[in-house]
Amino acid sequence: MSSAPQIRRAAAETPRSFWRRYIFSTDHKIVGLQYFFLALAAVTVGIVLSLLMRFHLVWPLAHLPLVRGGIMTPEQYLALMTMHGTLMIFFVLTLAPQNGFGNYFLPIQIGAPEMAFPRLNSISFWLTLGAFLVMIAAFLVPGGAPISGWTAYPPLSALGEVAGPGEGAGQTLWIVSILIFCIASLLSSANFIATVIDMRAPGMTLTRMPLPVWAWFVTSILILLSFAVLLASGVLLLFDRSAGTSFFVPADLVVNGQIQNHAGGSPLLWQHLFWFFGHPEVYIAILPGMGVVSHVLANFSRKPVFGYRAMAFTLCAIGFLGFFLWGHHMFVSGMSPYSSVAFSVLTMSIGVPSAVKTFNWLGTLWGGRIQFQTPMLFAMGFISLFVTGGISGIFLAQPALDSVLHATYYVVAHIHFVMGLAAIFGIFAATYYWFPKMFGRLMSEPLGKLHFWLTFAGVYCIFMPMHFVGTAGGIRRYADATGAAYLAALQPLHRFMTYAAFLTAAAQLIFFWNFFRSLRSGVRASVNPWNATTLEWTTASPPPIDNFAGEIPTVYRGPYEYSVPGASADFIPQNLPLGREGDSTNG
Amino acid sequence: MHGSAAPALLFALLLIALVVATVYLFAARRYAAPPPITSTAAQVAHQFNLTLYVMGAVFILAQFALAFAVFRFRDRGQRPRFSRGNVALEIFWMCAAFAIFIGLAIAGQHAWAEVQFTPAQPNAIQIEATTSQFVYTFRYPGPDGKFGMLHPRFVDAPAGNPLGIDPNDPAGRDDIVVPTLTVPVNRQVELLLRSQDVVHNFFVRELRIQQDAVPGMLIPIHFTPTRIGKYDIVCTQLCGLGHQTMHSFLNVVSEGDYEAFLARQEAQQ
Repeated sequence: MSSAPQIRRAAAETPRSFWRRYIFSTDHKIVGLQYFFLALAAVTVGIVLSLLMRFHLVWPLAHLPLVRGGIMTPEQYLALMTMHGTLMIFFVLTLAPQNGFGNYFLPIQIGAPEMAFPRLNSISFWLTLGAFLVMIAAFLVPGGAPISGWTAYPPLSALGEVAGPGEGAGQTLWIVSILIFCIASLLSSANFIATVIDMRAPGMTLTRMPLPVWAWFVTSILILLSFAVLLASGVLLLFDRSAGTSFFVPADLVVNGQIQNHAGGSPLLWQHLFWFFGHPEVYIAILPGMGVVSHVLANFSRKPVFGYRAMAFTLCAIGFLGFFLWGHHMFVSGMSPYSSVAFSVLTMSIGVPSAVKTFNWLGTLWGGRIQFQTPMLFAMGFISLFVTGGISGIFLAQPALDSVLHATYYVVAHIHFVMGLAAIFGIFAATYYWFPKMFGRLMSEPLGKLHFWLTFAGVYCIFMPMHFVGTAGGIRRYADATGAAYLAALQPLHRFMTYAAFLTAAAQLIFFWNFFRSLRSGVRASVNPWNATTLEWTTASPPPIDNFAGEIPTVYRGPYEYSVPGASADFIPQNLPLGREGDSTNG
Repeated sequence: MHGSAAPALLFALLLIALVVATVYLFAARRYAAPPPITSTAAQVAHQFNLTLYVMGAVFILAQFALAFAVFRFRDRGQRPRFSRGNVALEIFWMCAAFAIFIGLAIAGQHAWAEVQFTPAQPNAIQIEATTSQFVYTFRYPGPDGKFGMLHPRFVDAPAGNPLGIDPNDPAGRDDIVVPTLTVPVNRQVELLLRSQDVVHNFFVRELRIQQDAVPGMLIPIHFTPTRIGKYDIVCTQLCGLGHQTMHSFLNVVSEGDYEAFLARQEAQQ
């Protein structure tokens, strides 16, 4: 590893050419933005796919643009569903909060001039971009994209074209893309961990770290431990497909009238390995959002985070417990019913730190002076969505109830609330909050608020009815309602959800418009437009290439010193020396 | 520089509307699971309602608390109450959450244990259920009470042997192979689930049972239906392009109709 002075020297020399400065850059801020814009591209594709799906569910026989042949076939629907889940979970929810904002703000919040391994950081991004291109290429190969869902359960995903369209080259590209993604994530998580441990500014003790830093740190450990397992299992699945091995495929399979040449594998092995990754992945998506929300709530309530230590501790507790719950995805899989009991109780226990976080967010608001800027609205929306998603989890964590709700739209509602929507609201809060720091301009507040109101109401209209579809037995991953007669009775709810989805997607155009217009013509941002305390608000907007213009800040106090009695301003920056709170010039 | 009350009010009203709409839709039961047809299914339904009441109360309280805090503490130029937290309160919250969640987890194990930890009775009617892309095939052992051997090389659906029953095994000659599941009321049925190709699932809402059929595994489930009727069997595990068409029926019939069904099928084999 380079020492801090070396990095400072290297970083101080701003590359002059466009390519070196913005494309093949090792500046963590540029890499963060690259990740952010990649996630923005992925989320755009993901939303379009979901709209095509919602449209098809309600008007299955209508002609659609972008669909080969005009009318969508069941396998095309399943391909869209697989790619929607994969793009959103890997390329949006994993990338934007962690690699996007984490890369940009982790070093600045701990007072470092760079990440510990700047070149590794850049390599991680380029590998991830490669993974994205390989994933998109799955649409273009014969047979199209895979149809086995983002969970890719074998034998369906292991047998090749005989199992269905998309299971040929499309599924292979999917696995290759995930493998590249895993490697990139492992490299970047090691970088994050090293940076937090080694690169903190003088005085930045662990208990003075802003909560997003805690969240990025814990998330990095989760990524390191869980993506390693996904990488290994992905290699095994690739071998099953192309090298004639049978890790996940048992003997005596007859598919489409053809006897398969496999023996000795276990489909459940893949499920255990996949969910050993897949469950921590939920927390990988949501923990950074929790950190950002805590941060933003304190800022706009003008109060310290309620129970800072409990907030840091519960991030660690959720991360730790998250590794022991994977079996709750497998209650109906044929796994031993006794282990279901253990997984059920463990799953319930992770509700405890999650509930403590919710209480403490309310505690942060309680007695505050709440300011309704757009980032704050999204942070408060996050709490509501997280509560709703968490509560449906208490049903699903019970094996007896999961026997009814498993694989219904109830699960679709649950995952979208707790992982999708809450995390997306965290991303929006972070975007509106840090936009002035990243680009030196403010986003439009009226447009931001309009975007919030439409999105907040919209997502509830899309996903709340799914609970009812699910309790009535509406099965997810069905291309249409032709299977059982009772499914047709649920179509009115589906129609309502589809209308809501189109309106909510349209509301995102307001965000895109606001974002790109503000890049060019937003009001110039000051160093500290939100009167905030942490180190990113003590340097220029946007920060110079070495973050603090040749200086390493010294930290004297905790991250959330708002409305401290006796201080002259209602916030005290972390780098303000002790004893100077009373000066009228601070901030 | 305090702002207007409008955003606080709007936020609180949206949350109240959310809670009211949700409570109404659950109470109206327009979209709900059908009535259970076994005693264990009734237990599951009871546990669902218990969880719904407890967590419904938590949902209402949490959303209202958020709505109240946002409205009550909006910026009116007041001085915030400085506080870094309250350890006693946090410990109380933690214990309360622990008691509710673990309590529900333990209460929920009864229904699960009843169906999962006890094997079927020895006199249960054994029926084999085989899944394949995208059909269910049910096999009754016939008058001899024994299933014939299966081998993949004999699988030939067009020729009438979709399961691959060994023609040389005398036990298999009287096996009844049908696409729907017919069972007598008030008798325990043991269903032996197997799959020929990929992972499928056997789900009957009225039984409150969902079980994957996994290739390479033989998974037994058992149930005692107490109400005559025709119920949907659907596949809930993504199994390929025809997933949504994979569908069959569970016919629960009187003892007499069941005997007649068996006699009719035996005559056809």
